[in-house]
Amino acid sequence: MSGPYPDLMTLLVAVLAVLVTASTVGFVLARLKGADNPVIENLNARINAWWVMAIVLGLAFWWGRSGVVLLFAICSFAALREFVTLTNARRADTWMLAALFYIALPLQYWAVWTDWYGFMAIFIPVYVFLGMPILSALRGETDNFLIRVAEVQWAAMIAIYCVSYVPALLSLNIPGFEGQNILLIAFLVIVVQASDVLQYVWGKLLGKTRIAPRLSPSKTVEGFAGGVGSATLLGAFLWWITPFAFWQAGLMALVIALMGFFGGLVLSAVKRDRGVKDWGATIAGHGGFIDRLDSLIFAAPIFFHLIRFWWTV
Amino acid sequence: MSILAKLTAFAITRFSWVITAVQGFWPGGEPDLRQAVYFANHTSNGDTILLWSVLPYSVRQRTRPVAAAEYWLNHPVKKFIGEQVFNCVLIQRDAEARTQDPIEQMVEALNDGSSLIIFPEGTRNTEPEMLPFKPGLFHLAEARPDVPLIPVWIENLNRVLPKGEVIPLPFICTVRFGDAMNRKPNEDKYAFLKRAEAAVKALAPEEARS
Repeated sequence: MSGPYPDLMTLLVAVLAVLVTASTVGFVLARLKGADNPVIENLNARINAWWVMAIVLGLAFWWGRSGVVLLFAICSFAALREFVTLTNARRADTWMLAALFYIALPLQYWAVWTDWYGFMAIFIPVYVFLGMPILSALRGETDNFLIRVAEVQWAAMIAIYCVSYVPALLSLNIPGFEGQNILLIAFLVIVVQASDVLQYVWGKLLGKTRIAPRLSPSKTVEGFAGGVGSATLLGAFLWWITPFAFWQAGLMALVIALMGFFGGLVLSAVKRDRGVKDWGATIAGHGGFIDRLDSLIFAAPIFFHLIRFWWTV
Repeated sequence: MSILAKLTAFAITRFSWVITAVQGFWPGGEPDLRQAVYFANHTSNGDTILLWSVLPYSVRQRTRPVAAAEYWLNHPVKKFIGEQVFNCVLIQRDAEARTQDPIEQMVEALNDGSSLIIFPEGTRNTEPEMLPFKPGLFHLAEARPDVPLIPVWIENLNRVLPKGEVIPLPFICTVRFGDAMNRKPNEDKYAFLKRAEAAVKALAPEEARS
């Protein structure tokens, strides 16, 4: 693992510089407009949470494979908890939910940790998919059966399966890139989160035309174009940490940013359906874990499979 | 508190946080630090733990849950948790077996400067609709009209551990505190209890109100 460290260190220093700049801007804005301005207050809460997230991710990277797998397993747990809290799951679903939290989730991450791609890729779409309704049917409650089972299956796919693709990037075998896979995670996370932040910034600066007013009043065409465009550029200029050429890195970043945008849109639709504004209140300023992970959830599996299809042996 | 009781308290609050990510919400965002009687809906044995764990540390130290003696004293572990960890005010629900009047016990605790947690429904409720309040809260309000009464709604805990199940399931729980209230001058028992019930219900999310 000596290879990635110079690149990873450069990257960490860059992230640190961005965060210091953000905190400085936040501080100055709070001084100018007053710390109790709700927009500024939320901005600063978000920036502080970014610090925590960057530090936690940095520590996981430093610990290595086990740290990254464990971190995303914890994220999955928190996301799954947020998801099932909004479902119609009731007492008859106790076994199904217990199996999901205490058996399926650890098994999935164990498969990721041991590099067992053949199991990791089908365990939830096949075994969990068929096992859940069996467990629920055994309890004999037929009221709303299809809705309850479908919701829990969605929860499993979104909160466990898709999230587990982030640490799974570590097991891709790319010739000439051995031992540096952690940089793929860094690339993915940086592009996805930068796209989110830049959409927010461009939207706040120029946003006029709303894309889906009923779904997400803050998403605008200007924010979308500016955010996705600048995240694509950023990704292209990060080509040196990836196995991709400059233009390939840009294309990958474009796909990641687009999937991330749609992830946010789809999971907003779920929130609207359930009449809530945020998935939770665990991360100050951001809401719940899913509010922060939504774009990663949609981008990670596609990013993984594109690399697996074109770059691995 | 002994070291063992402190460690147990820490373990219990951490464990409940891992399962429920519980957060407390106060009107205006700031906790009310005065001595008070917290009265809440009761759907699970964990209600006391959740409410207790979201109180600020200094408040928690002097807050005593009111609980049924027959439940907490029938096993050495429960007895330790009930008496040492939560410092419960243990009352006899069965009027025949009583040696002391429950209201007297609670007023005594208030006179010592403690805050109280009570569940005026009197028993764990498995129905969606709240049960009518027992008169204990009214008698407390009569005896100590100076102590503010704070309504509390505990959300989702009945899904974590439904009655009869053994494995706790992770659901996000919230504890919502309302504005402190007092008995109005000359307010009768019925009107007061109805108002207290309404104050708790008003904190519930919309679909739970009926």
